[in-house]
Amino acid sequence: MDKYLTLPLKDEDIEEINTGDTVYLSGEMYVARDAAHKRIYDLINDDKPLPVDLSGVCIYYMGPSPARPGRVIGSAGPTTATRMDKYAPAFLDHGVKVMIGKGRRSDEVRDGIIKNHGVYFAAVGGAGALLSKCITASEIVCYEDLGAEAVRRITVENFPVIAAMDCRGNDIYKKS
Amino acid sequence: MREINVSEITDAVEQMCSDINYELSPDMSELIVKARSEENSTLGKRVLDMLCENLTAAKEEKIPICQDTGMAVVFLEVGQEVHFTGGMIEDAVNEGVRRGYTNGYLRKSVVADPIDRVNTNDNTPAVVHYSIVPGDEVRITVSPKGFGSENMSQVFMKKPADGMDGIRSAILDAVKLAGPNACPPMYVGVGVGGTFEKAAILSKQALAGIASPYNKPWVAELEEEMLSAINETGIGPGGLGGRVTALGVKINTYPTHIAGLPVAVNICCHVNRHISTTI
Repeated sequence: MDKYLTLPLKDEDIEEINTGDTVYLSGEMYVARDAAHKRIYDLINDDKPLPVDLSGVCIYYMGPSPARPGRVIGSAGPTTATRMDKYAPAFLDHGVKVMIGKGRRSDEVRDGIIKNHGVYFAAVGGAGALLSKCITASEIVCYEDLGAEAVRRITVENFPVIAAMDCRGNDIYKKS
Repeated sequence: MREINVSEITDAVEQMCSDINYELSPDMSELIVKARSEENSTLGKRVLDMLCENLTAAKEEKIPICQDTGMAVVFLEVGQEVHFTGGMIEDAVNEGVRRGYTNGYLRKSVVADPIDRVNTNDNTPAVVHYSIVPGDEVRITVSPKGFGSENMSQVFMKKPADGMDGIRSAILDAVKLAGPNACPPMYVGVGVGGTFEKAAILSKQALAGIASPYNKPWVAELEEEMLSAINETGIGPGGLGGRVTALGVKINTYPTHIAGLPVAVNICCHVNRHISTTI
């Protein structure tokens, strides 16, 4: 089923999402991938303050190509979520509700999604030029030294994703 | 003997790095369009529609097809009669990569050390493979490789007794493990024979459109058979279920040791970028 939802997602929005649904997201999300996850994960483990408040947020696993002059962002498709599996349960425990990436998630992430009432969406891998057109604003929030891996806050409009694991832990990749 | 100034190599590499990240070679883009007509699943069709639209958007607006503009793999087939002047050839290749990735607004995805992981900020160094060939020309192939699929690639050291079935199972095992993580529909390069590292290079050459002169007639038959077998797995576009799991399978072979049957399976996503020129 196709749904149009606004970020941040409410608990009742997440409840109504079923694995396999196509969802068009609008609103703000954070962008972070491997290196930024490691830094934030280390801060969580050391019980130190985090550079961003994770409560209720959506994280898009992505590292864009540089924007040409006059453009908001370069190519901006998902990276493989599996590499973030080590960090994701702690992020979910700290308030992250929505993850966007591509590919399989571990049992630990599935448990974290069920426990924290979250959802994992897949975006279409290798469609970064097209997906960049749904991004209307982008700014670096922290870790600028990481280059393509810096943490960004982006605004999206009707950003197309497919529910790959709903809040009940149903996994689209196990069906297919 | 023919003298070639390495600045010519730099210019060619720069141009190829940017061109191939905005527009696939026709052989690859045609496969994606054809896949759309062969897919039955609703989600699969939707994914393939997006991939077709994505290719158009990338070409028209000069945005990289995929944000992972890859680590630059460069094959140099150098004629034995060529004498390079003006500097070291590998420096010239890296300068081309540096300029192509910087001036072309491509992502800098290379870290200087696998553990320290500090970005080199210019996508260098490239991975360069040289071969010496007859003649006085240089053929350059640039194949930027994304790592979503590279991470799912494998080398299997099969036994001679495993024979053709050993090759079949290596390919299918790698593809199934890769599944949704490798951004299907995939393109599968396979190297059979040689040694551990030779098999891997053969598989990369298969992806880059460089055929081995050793390939026997069974190779083409196995390519076709494996493409059908992969498309029976049901992984489908985006790994969301469907018919089109792979766009193509290319196999390269080389003589090997009496004790061995190395099989390297280099998986690429649907963005199988390769471009060649001759100087």
